Amino acid sequence: MKAIINIGLKKGVLDSAGKATHHTLDRVGFADIVKDVRVGKQIIMELNCSDVETAKKEAASMCEQLLANTVIEDYDITIEA
Amino acid sequence: MLVTVLQFPGTNCEYDTKYAFEKLGAQVQIIWHEETQLPQGTDLVVAPGGFSYGDYLRSGALAKFAPIMNAVKEYAANGGKVLGICNGFQILVETGLLPGALKRNDNLHFISKHHHLKVVNNENTFLQELEVGEVINIPVAHHDGNYFIDQDSLQELKDNGQILLQYCDKNGSNKVLNGSVSQIAGVCNKEKNVFGLMPHPERAMEVLLGCDDGVKMLQGFFK
Repeated sequence: MKAIINIGLKKGVLDSAGKATHHTLDRVGFADIVKDVRVGKQIIMELNCSDVETAKKEAASMCEQLLANTVIEDYDITIEA
Repeated sequence: MLVTVLQFPGTNCEYDTKYAFEKLGAQVQIIWHEETQLPQGTDLVVAPGGFSYGDYLRSGALAKFAPIMNAVKEYAANGGKVLGICNGFQILVETGLLPGALKRNDNLHFISKHHHLKVVNNENTFLQELEVGEVINIPVAHHDGNYFIDQDSLQELKDNGQILLQYCDKNGSNKVLNGSVSQIAGVCNKEKNVFGLMPHPERAMEVLLGCDDGVKMLQGFFK
């Protein structure tokens, strides 16, 4: 089983990297189509687990303890068989 | 006075820190992160600057699970004094010993220069030798020094006198350096025994090297 975890800054926390990337996309010619850019990170892990609920719970615990800093970041977990 | 300086893989300010505290008369011991106990009789634990664990995942995030950190947490819980400088500050916020978080600098640059700081509160061990409003000049060198805290918690910091230092110009007016909320450069915990700051007082110990304003800061721990 695979866990795909996306981590990004919370809404309301200024995402400087997203802003800088947006600015450059505008300059490259995508100003009309790009409304907002957020830059985050993705962590993909193979799990030794066959139950989706357990996998989700364990991945959430990993995010709370280590993978995300919940003072400034949100996380989103997708489990794939 | 025995100062214990933590050393993680990637720490690079442990010897400057040792030099600074020895200059002030302390006995200093550097200990490896895989130790599980602090030396007997430790009067102050310092988490120094550097790039622990290569800053992987987030600055300070991996260091919080180093074996020695359990001992540091216990030491702090029993009222022991802990100081985090730069990466050490990042480690202490990640560990939860200090409030808030440190984000990438707003301008995305690594900022390395001397910068003025204003003393906001001196009713604590660390800054007792300085006056409130006093302006000092201390080097900064960081990529992730942009202090963040939500508005409610910021109010708590203010109410409890936990904001120690703010970035300012030479006249003491607030000046944006890295995007920190309220230009915060350093904070302490509510109990006032755990301190953290992004600037490097241990790099401001000799006039010959530009400035010795760090002496007055670190001296507070000797009173």
